[in-house]
Amino acid sequence: MKTDWRARNHPAWWAFLVHRISGIVLTLFLPFHFWVLGMALNDAARMDDFFAWADRPLVKVAEAGLVILLAAHLTGGLRLMALEFLAWRGWQKDLLAVAAGLTVIAGVVFAYVV
Amino acid sequence: MSDFLTVRVWRGDEQGGFQTFEVPRLESQTVLDVVSHIQRQLDPTLAYRFACRVGMCGSCAMTVNGKARWTCRTHVAKVAADGNLELAPLAHLPVVRDLVTDMSAFFDKWARARGQFHPTATRKDPFARIRPDSAQRINADAGIECIGCGVCYASCDVVQWRPDYLGPAALNRAWTLVNDERDGAQAERLRAVAGDAGCHACHTHLSCTERCPKHISPTAGIAGLKRAAMKAALRGDL
Repeated sequence: MKTDWRARNHPAWWAFLVHRISGIVLTLFLPFHFWVLGMALNDAARMDDFFAWADRPLVKVAEAGLVILLAAHLTGGLRLMALEFLAWRGWQKDLLAVAAGLTVIAGVVFAYVV
Repeated sequence: MSDFLTVRVWRGDEQGGFQTFEVPRLESQTVLDVVSHIQRQLDPTLAYRFACRVGMCGSCAMTVNGKARWTCRTHVAKVAADGNLELAPLAHLPVVRDLVTDMSAFFDKWARARGQFHPTATRKDPFARIRPDSAQRINADAGIECIGCGVCYASCDVVQWRPDYLGPAALNRAWTLVNDERDGAQAERLRAVAGDAGCHACHTHLSCTERCPKHISPTAGIAGLKRAAMKAALRGDL
């Protein structure tokens, strides 16, 4: 028999899911990001047009989402490295809370700045 | 507290289904009490396992409302406040019948992880002197109380995704022996657990740690094995 979904309802499993989904979405975003950066070399005017287009509220919201995903993936990855490379302590859930907290802070700061 | 529990119990093999029973609700009732009531009073053909009833043998582990647990140490009040119980065999193991699984693969993996102690001294040698406060002794102590109930194995998604994965219990056992300075099979053991189906396959969901009834963290042992394997590889021993 297979794992029941009810068995997965605990913080570390949700952290895994967030890490995996944020990783996949960021992987999909990266080629687009490099394509836009490439405009700086090939077609600066087109890049300016793109920035003008990107200066819309909905795009800013999407950017905040990307920052949150990046922060979640970064802090989640640091959490995993601490878990695997440092001596084990009873603070694995504290690490999770710190990672989630830093992610929220990064999102709020970005939203405030832009 | 209502007077009766509605209990859905898995019947048959992998292709079976749930059968519903009404069981009288009692004070301080454990889930194992419920299963025993069904087998003794309602349907003597129900197959299940138990032995000690006090959390020492690990044989009564089942899936209770979706989560692997020892049924003898799980009070109904804790898991079925609404009066509904769902009992199924442990996940990731072949179902023999009803609530009984074939645990052969689980224990075979302990052997594959070199879970046997390989002595380096004879009975004529003096006792090994190991300080209780040494780091290795503390590491071994943290995992040594495993009784092989299979709850971690049934809770691990990697076991489901990758059936050859050694699993949390076998790797935890290997970790206790990696920390046993009397053992003489360290290199073979590290080779056994550092393969694709070994410690590096762990996705760090921590489900084993979350569910272990003995509050052992197999994830801690697996992380230790990863570090030990990395150090051995850097030394050229792996």
